[in-house]
Amino acid sequence: MEQTWRQARGAFAAIAAPPLVWLLLFFLVPLGVIWAYSFGENVGPITIDLTGTFANYMRALEPLYLSIFGKSVIVAGVTTLLCLLVGFPVALAIAFASPRMKAWLLLLIMLPFWTNLLIRTFALIAVLREQGYVNFGIEWFWNLASSARELVGMAPLGDYEPLTLLYNNAAVIVGLVYVHLPFMVLPLYSALDRMDRSLMEASLDLGAGHLRTILLVVVPLAAPGIASGVLITFIPALGSYLTPDLLGGTDSQMIANVIERQFKKANDWPFGAALSFLLMYLTFFAIAAQALIQRKPGRR
Amino acid sequence: MTDLAAAAAVKPTPHVKENAIIRFENITKRYGKVVAVDNVNLEIREGEFFALLGPSGCGKTTLLRMLAGFETPTEGRVFIDGQDVASLPPNKRPVNMVFQSYAVFPHMKVADNVAYGLKMDGVEGGEVKRRVEEALELVKLGGYGDRMPDQLSGGQRQRVALARALVKRPRVLLLDEPLSALDAKLRDQMRSELTSLQEKVGITFIMVTHDQDEALAIATRCAVMNRGLLAQVATPADLYEFPNSRFVADFVGSVNMFEGVLDKDEQDHAIVRAQELSAPVYLDHGVTGARGSTVWVALRPEKIEMHKRPEGSSPMKMEDAPAGTNVVSGVIRDIVYLGSETIFEIELESSRRVRTFRSNLTRYDQEDFTWDEPVWLAWHACSPAVLLS
Repeated sequence: MEQTWRQARGAFAAIAAPPLVWLLLFFLVPLGVIWAYSFGENVGPITIDLTGTFANYMRALEPLYLSIFGKSVIVAGVTTLLCLLVGFPVALAIAFASPRMKAWLLLLIMLPFWTNLLIRTFALIAVLREQGYVNFGIEWFWNLASSARELVGMAPLGDYEPLTLLYNNAAVIVGLVYVHLPFMVLPLYSALDRMDRSLMEASLDLGAGHLRTILLVVVPLAAPGIASGVLITFIPALGSYLTPDLLGGTDSQMIANVIERQFKKANDWPFGAALSFLLMYLTFFAIAAQALIQRKPGRR
Repeated sequence: MTDLAAAAAVKPTPHVKENAIIRFENITKRYGKVVAVDNVNLEIREGEFFALLGPSGCGKTTLLRMLAGFETPTEGRVFIDGQDVASLPPNKRPVNMVFQSYAVFPHMKVADNVAYGLKMDGVEGGEVKRRVEEALELVKLGGYGDRMPDQLSGGQRQRVALARALVKRPRVLLLDEPLSALDAKLRDQMRSELTSLQEKVGITFIMVTHDQDEALAIATRCAVMNRGLLAQVATPADLYEFPNSRFVADFVGSVNMFEGVLDKDEQDHAIVRAQELSAPVYLDHGVTGARGSTVWVALRPEKIEMHKRPEGSSPMKMEDAPAGTNVVSGVIRDIVYLGSETIFEIELESSRRVRTFRSNLTRYDQEDFTWDEPVWLAWHACSPAVLLS
């Protein structure tokens, strides 16, 4: 088979050419243009001179922008960590469910993907806002407790002050965890599902309880799945734009929001391009780090 | 039957004790409507190398996993060392298991694999090190402690699994198809090593296998299972020579089976008439079956002698053969030369085909018989097993 495929170079080229051309024209070329812009200067409203200056990058490394980069990394990191903590038990449960249940549970995990991100985010606003379901729920318990106190002759509680759950960093993280959880669960699930069950049974047989079996056998063996889950969650979380824009307050903007402002309101494409590429280098760095971590146990 | 069975050679097993270390009491396991194990009662004595033998899906693995604690019986009770283990999880049971896939932890060095169970028991560091080395020495893997499992061959990985289980000094060692993943040469070697290992450590071994050769070669006693039921529990020799049913006779070894009618059943002899055999089968012992009832005569191929039959001769006179020898005539239809022995397929007058083995005692024996040669087949009156079911 392989032999005949190699010989049929014409067919091979005919199949490979359209996607290659598409990638070249609509991905690599625009990316190159933006990359070139990052070394340019604004000379008019729509004119950019490619002067080869590093000024945009120098400006991007100013404390103001560095702190936003740092904050984005922290927000994405916390999001990833929370996704891991929530997603691991979920993935484990799916991997051990009966085949019938498995299909349904996976469907549940995938279901949010089929809904537009914007709609999902507005739905979350409906849940978290002051007149939202979370506050309604708490208020209900609050009133219940208040009347209970009255019943036993104590002073009733005051009026319920709705919690501010929106337009802050916590709201952004809640939103990001909600959006990115499937990215974490699916690679974890596929790693756990592939695992030889007899390894876990061997651990139990040798005297380990369930917790130690998970910590000493399941987690180390699922490490590649964990690493890819972390990466696949962290990268889009780092570049998220819509969630911090809609759920965040004035101080919760992430780097993608800053980039958006450069391209639109500030009309400073060269600076926006420089910021974009710094974000991309950060992503490459994360991928390289993951590859290094995965190579470390090497002898496997 | 029973006194005959006792006459079979019994392997000396001084390490086997009288007390039952494992007891299955009315064990039944159902998965929905499927009955995997059907009311099994079985005792395994301390120090035995016991084999659970049967075709796939017969319930033998389920029984083994009940001992390990990975399956719970739907009905009945399991005792290990006199203790009802129903409420004990796998990590609290005095048994350890060697898994079919070995289940050696791939992310741990060999020594860490072996030390795993000891650490779980809270054994001290120095003691762990000493016992790990001892266990690796026992399975002839001394000096392999620092290797990773992927640097080992399949046979070596199995030794790691053995050491890892034995280092905990379990009361019973469970082996799930221990030899199935090894190649033929290694399998023969591991067979004898397992036997001597078991004699050395004196621990009760219970093995699950679908390979009857393996069970006969290794076990002190075997339980043959069929569709969740215990078909027969006996020593290997008794299983082979004195099977209690058509299933056991057919599953353990090769057999020629003839359906017949019990014509005569006396204290010291019996006669069975089988339609496919031209002469009645004479047996030198009683059968304890009703006269006229249907029975099956099971005849092992190696117990049939073959003699040349010149065309047109009358039934041979076997003056030098023991009294009561049975004789039928046939023609050789197929010959399979296997080196140490040759398999002949002989067509009887009833056109039924019968198999016989013939050892190649000299280098020229294989030339004695040829295709389409007329022969006499003869067997001793004590050779066939008469089966009532």
